[in-house]
Amino acid sequence: MFAVALIAAPGNAQTMTMPMPQMAMPPSPKAPVKKPPVPARKPAPAASGEDPLVMNEQPSPVDAAAPQPHAGHGPPEGPAGPMPGMAMPNQPSAAPEEVIGSAPAPAPPSDHAADAIWGGAAQLPSRAELRRENGAFQGSMILFNLAEYQARKASDGYRWEGEGWFGGDINRLVIRAEGEGELRGPVEKAEFQALYGRAIDPWWNVVAGVRYDMRPNPQRAYAAFGVEGLAPYWFRTTATLFVSTKGEILARAEGFYDQRITQRLVLQPRAEVNFSSRSIPETRVGRGLTDIELGARLRYELRREFAPYVGVEWASKIGETGRFARQNGQRATDVNYVAGIRFWF
Amino acid sequence: MFTPDRRHFLRTMALAGGAAAFSATLPAWARSGTAGLNAASDTLSGDDIKLSIGHTRFNVGGRAGHAIAINGSVPGPLIRLKEGQNVRLSVTNTLEEDTSIHWHGLLLPFQYDGVPGVSFPGIKPGATFVYEFPVRQSGTYWYHSHSGMQEALGHYGSIVIDPAGADRVAFDREHVIVLSDWSFLHPHKILTRLKQNGGNFNYQKQTLASQLAGKDQTAADRRAWGKMRMDPTDISDSTGAIYTYLVNGHGPAENWTGLFVPGEKLRLRIINAAAMTNFNVRIPGLAMTVVAADGVDVQPVEVDEFQIGVAETYDVVVRPLDDRAYGLIAEGIDRSGLVRATLAPRMGMIGPVPELRQRPLLSMKDMGMGAMDMGAMDMSGGMSGMDHGKMAGMAMSGEGMARNGNGKGMGAMKMLDPSVAPQVKMGPGVATLAPSPTDRTAERPTGLEDVPHRVLTYSQLRSLDPNPDPRNPSRQIDIHLTANMERYMWSFDGVKFSEGAEPLAFRYNERVRVNLINDTMMPHPIHIHGHFFEVVMGEKGNRPVKHTVNVLPGGKVSFDLTANALGDWAFHCHMLLHMHAGMFRVVTVRREEDMA
Repeated sequence: MFAVALIAAPGNAQTMTMPMPQMAMPPSPKAPVKKPPVPARKPAPAASGEDPLVMNEQPSPVDAAAPQPHAGHGPPEGPAGPMPGMAMPNQPSAAPEEVIGSAPAPAPPSDHAADAIWGGAAQLPSRAELRRENGAFQGSMILFNLAEYQARKASDGYRWEGEGWFGGDINRLVIRAEGEGELRGPVEKAEFQALYGRAIDPWWNVVAGVRYDMRPNPQRAYAAFGVEGLAPYWFRTTATLFVSTKGEILARAEGFYDQRITQRLVLQPRAEVNFSSRSIPETRVGRGLTDIELGARLRYELRREFAPYVGVEWASKIGETGRFARQNGQRATDVNYVAGIRFWF
Repeated sequence: MFTPDRRHFLRTMALAGGAAAFSATLPAWARSGTAGLNAASDTLSGDDIKLSIGHTRFNVGGRAGHAIAINGSVPGPLIRLKEGQNVRLSVTNTLEEDTSIHWHGLLLPFQYDGVPGVSFPGIKPGATFVYEFPVRQSGTYWYHSHSGMQEALGHYGSIVIDPAGADRVAFDREHVIVLSDWSFLHPHKILTRLKQNGGNFNYQKQTLASQLAGKDQTAADRRAWGKMRMDPTDISDSTGAIYTYLVNGHGPAENWTGLFVPGEKLRLRIINAAAMTNFNVRIPGLAMTVVAADGVDVQPVEVDEFQIGVAETYDVVVRPLDDRAYGLIAEGIDRSGLVRATLAPRMGMIGPVPELRQRPLLSMKDMGMGAMDMGAMDMSGGMSGMDHGKMAGMAMSGEGMARNGNGKGMGAMKMLDPSVAPQVKMGPGVATLAPSPTDRTAERPTGLEDVPHRVLTYSQLRSLDPNPDPRNPSRQIDIHLTANMERYMWSFDGVKFSEGAEPLAFRYNERVRVNLINDTMMPHPIHIHGHFFEVVMGEKGNRPVKHTVNVLPGGKVSFDLTANALGDWAFHCHMLLHMHAGMFRVVTVRREEDMA
């Protein structure tokens, strides 16, 4: 129409003829336009600004042409319509004459504007809800990184290792469970940890709590302290120190890395080492470095949270622990082939 | 051309195709094959409008899911108002939970802004709440729930306000294009998954296969980024892997079609009502002239593609001359999916679907190491409020630029130097701080840097009308957009709203410059309720006037705000899950004497 003739608009631009029989709400000039330039308005309800910010103040026809440099032209050109492939030059963020004052910020009020309209009693629950809804996440995750069948040289077995967290972004209850056994035999190892976990920086959590070993017998209880998190280069890392009720100190460090081969095929190299402060013959744990495990598991993520895998694992009992194993007629070092399902929910 | 017989025929044809069964629950304007807004019979208008919020089944791509609908449809009805009128909007809640409607971009008394806990108590189950306010503006806007995550379940609709006088945009026909993202996974589940596993929905990560094929980053870059625990493919956290992108409630298969007569000027009122998706929008074969942004007229700019942040609106005018179908393409900025709708002279024609383009990779600049770029160095120099800490950061990032294979000199420490942002509360929720954020408003947005056609940049937008308040700001504030993407924590200044963040206080009618600094590697569409602001770009006087501004990764955007609307207002990132994770504040505007 008279103002912004967008695309080479000839004189008929303002007719806006619609070739349709039913025009429910045509914004056409033929529509009855109430003439009073300022339509009667109800006074704005309480607390509205007195001076409405007039955003699209309708200019008179005379004014309308003024601020529109492209009226009557064809496709816009010049600064507002750059040429193809031509990047706009960087413009300074602030022209020199724009001096920004240094007025102090007002102190935030302690009351709430809506209370004056709807009453504090009505607003209170919704305000609490608003706070919950914007950041107060509570949730959980239970992940079994290992849940597998192990084909061993001696007799085949199984193994599980899982961790769950329950809570918010910072404070969590962390539950860990791991164990293993032989298919035709008793559970050899069953260990549970219940820990308080706290995020201390972007990547690391500290944990503290208890560990209880159901197997092997005799059972043991420990206090547990540790860190877990994401090390540089995306290594998932856990390191925990355990002090038993008998004063034995154990330590464990483990880590893994998810190497994405394709979007769904993932190779996970994994390592674990254990230490003991002393020799504990009744649980066949030797002093010093007790065992090392290196594994690689190749999983296919049917879904992110459900991924069957196959893998191989080299596990070796070291030093005195190895001697304990051999005395028991077990192999100190083994290569196991594994197949399992990594899952979480 | 569209005789009743013909329309009947079209409807019958659509039924035969099974599409109308889908479309039947939609309002006429959103129905496929619509001849345009003026032919829509069930657009809501007048002084007294009734809306009802309830459950519905939503069908897309041959599947049905639970949705929350307004008057039974997703999207809800188009509300068409006229500048200068008063409107009463009665909203009835038939859900079993509280609901609300926020009128996005409308200037109104704060108690009718529709944010439970800020502007009003919310709408209880079974209750009807009456919003009543004068309509003070014109343009393209929208509305949506501000309760829980209902918006992601379909609780949104469009608003068109005709100017009191003649429209300054010339067009023959108009269509409303509501873009959105639909998931069969409940939004709470999506959030939980992201908290459990930050990159859960990203199926476009760098892999060994891509490395062996010589694609994506070099081995040295992969090591350097890995050391920082940063993922250059983390462009969107909720992706096309879980979303079906929609145009007016239609997925790509349903192919929403808007009709035109060749030679007509079509005004497309494009609204990004998605919960989590920024879109790149284009109509291959048609140039688009942007005539309004966020409902406010701008000086016309002709482009071939633009990026629309969540909650932004753009009005564009196109003029299809040929008797053919055009594809209207909205592609997620991470290129994990797209939706195609069709503009055609008649029903049954299908616009072509282009291939998804290569997903972009983030760069050092997206980490706020903008000074790596010579051009950006100049811009940084012009930044007001540039302090020595930031200057140090610039020097540092020069070092980062000279990185070598062993990655020394650009460790994680330098991405998290608290001295560049003393106001940010450090902790688990802040994984990075942009050492040298730059004004990126003159740059093409993420992923469109190298496309071989014209792409809209913010700096090209100039308001048609002179900016209403010529005063210089009396003060300025910095607000850092902060995150830990791995833990999926989002906040302003390192503080989640739930942690008891204080309101941002403004004096009534005070003019303040607000500097948004994006310390994260994702764009954040930041929205303030009840106000418009001028984005500080180029010469003063005709800066674009917006209600939502998308801050590019590692970038900085300044806006000047005249705090002329008394009351308490919401201020937040419009990515629904980011807001829900804590990227939210209350803004309060009071008279000086009323400040506590």
